[in-house]
Amino acid sequence: MKKQRIDYGSLKSKIGNVEVTTGAVLESTGSTSKTKTGAWRSLRPLVDDKKCIGCGRCWTYCPEGCVHKKAEKVFQVDYDYCKGCGICANECPVKAITMVMEEK
Amino acid sequence: MKEIRLHGRGGQGAVTAASILAVAGFADGKFTQAFPTFGVERRGAPVTAFVRIDDKFIRRRDEVYNPDILLVLDSSLFKVVDVTGGAKKGALVIINTTGKPEDYKLPGFDVKCIDATKEAFAVLGRDIVNTAMLGAFAAYTGLVRKDAIHGAVKEQFSSDLADKNIKLVDQVYEKAKN
Amino acid sequence: MEASHAISEAVKMIKPDVIAAYPITPQTHIVERLSEYVANGEIGAEYIRVESEFAAISACLGAEATGVRAYTSTSSQGLALMFEVLFIVSGMRLPIGMTVVNRALSAPINIWNDHQDSMSCRDSGWLQLYAETAQECFDLTVMQYKISENKDVLLPSMVGLDGFTLSHVYEPFFIPEQKEIDDFLPEYVPTHAILEPEQPLTLGPIGFPSHYMELRKTQVDAMEGSLKVIEKVFKEYSEKFPAQIKGTRPETYYHIEEYKMDDAQVAFVAIGSVCGSIKDVIDVLRSKGEKVGLVKIVTYRPFPMEALKKSLKNVKKIAVVEKALSPGANGPVFEEICSLLFEAKSDAEVRNFIVGLGGRDVKLDHIQKIFDMAKKGAGKKQEWMF
Repeated sequence: MKKQRIDYGSLKSKIGNVEVTTGAVLESTGSTSKTKTGAWRSLRPLVDDKKCIGCGRCWTYCPEGCVHKKAEKVFQVDYDYCKGCGICANECPVKAITMVMEEK
Repeated sequence: MKEIRLHGRGGQGAVTAASILAVAGFADGKFTQAFPTFGVERRGAPVTAFVRIDDKFIRRRDEVYNPDILLVLDSSLFKVVDVTGGAKKGALVIINTTGKPEDYKLPGFDVKCIDATKEAFAVLGRDIVNTAMLGAFAAYTGLVRKDAIHGAVKEQFSSDLADKNIKLVDQVYEKAKN
Repeated sequence: MEASHAISEAVKMIKPDVIAAYPITPQTHIVERLSEYVANGEIGAEYIRVESEFAAISACLGAEATGVRAYTSTSSQGLALMFEVLFIVSGMRLPIGMTVVNRALSAPINIWNDHQDSMSCRDSGWLQLYAETAQECFDLTVMQYKISENKDVLLPSMVGLDGFTLSHVYEPFFIPEQKEIDDFLPEYVPTHAILEPEQPLTLGPIGFPSHYMELRKTQVDAMEGSLKVIEKVFKEYSEKFPAQIKGTRPETYYHIEEYKMDDAQVAFVAIGSVCGSIKDVIDVLRSKGEKVGLVKIVTYRPFPMEALKKSLKNVKKIAVVEKALSPGANGPVFEEICSLLFEAKSDAEVRNFIVGLGGRDVKLDHIQKIFDMAKKGAGKKQEWMF
């Protein structure tokens, strides 16, 4: 099976002034990493390192994948992308995470 | 065009017989068409299948209402369905039975009787009579050559089963001829 | 062989990469045979066993989105279950090939033939081609991929064949050599839908009000433009594979097949296997001096407006024979024939004859009666031939 590169230029067409592509295919511009969704946050998860037992539940449950595993039993919240949903705080078995008001 | 209607019971192989006949007829240089009545199949229920044989491609797709030939795989069907319904005057009726033509009281039809069940038991060891009846069909009608039926049987069954069925076709053919 | 097996043979020869289908009567013979071919290694395709038709078409969508050739087949309720995904496939411009073994819709439950299933999908953006014979089943299946995958088309296609009435009929058909099929239909080369990690892209994004209409318009333009592509592919196939068994297919495939239309005053318009019976009745009528002909619709979507206009130009009475209906309106084909005759400023008298619903056998007597009624004129717009 030969795979080939998509020639996005050839997929473009114009109806009136609106440009569209065949089947509405869009080239990835990496917009997911460029958009810092952390700015949406109104509550910030604060981890109390003294209480944390390193179980990794926050890492498992984070729907945005923005709790990173730094080392064995060491986890860190990525504030660039965390939207402040609070699921990690809810799931934490030792209540080591508290949601505090974001100061803007 | 010759129109043939096969009457059997689910499990006797009437539908398979129709397709073998179609393949054999085509191999013999004729145009054929075969199809069953499409019901909810179950063993023992009355089954009907149709075959058309012509010298040009058969376009019509309606069921066979006025057959020239009837192939009855199970004589008990006379009590259940109107086997000869719509059949042309003088139509050939080939019945699998131990009885004689006069037993069936079918005036205006050319009735032939053959004990296909007995032959099928002898060769196959079971009462699947479709290929046996095709032997009788070839003998009585001459519409399809016996060799063509052999070929179609070979296409239909695996080699071991095909050999037995070919033997069965031959036996019934010879019996019908005499 | 059976017409079902004509389809299986064709699918084998077009070498699909993925087959995903859920068995449903009367489509079963096609996919049974295909799964055997996959099991024997006669087809190199991945056969995905799915739990429903919704999953079958979704699996094909996913496969096709990675840029491979996909095939599915269904009937009746199965097609109805696919309905939602049909629009997604055509909107994403994925050239999936499907066989619809036409069967009535429930309720009451009925496994036999009519055209209600695929006719209800006529607005889904899929091309629709209909077969009359086993040979046409084979040929159209090969051609549908050549048409769908054309870079100016890129639309999915359905080939319809009548359940049981055609699918389960043993009749002769010709199979060309694999090499020649390969020549005619080379490997699919995707141009827009190629999902793979090295080349990230977005497929099936949200279409905001600012773009939705324009995207739909490109789809409609592609459908309209496909008329020319279909014509070209039909011609190319007909020349490369000349008819081998007389009467099993038109010499040259076209959007419509005309039968004795040259001087016809009365015309039948019909779709599918019933056309064979109509041709037989026309021969009888012609021998009695009646000027009658048939226009068989092969390409139903896109609707071959101009071809039909030309064919029906001089006809005085038209009988549209349909195995489908639209409760509260007339049959779908009838409505479209009326609309094109209006455009052509024709004064022909058109009547709609509903036949063969739920497998009701269409007898030659029915067709004779339709002719008598159409010729006489007057009477109800829609007649049911019970």
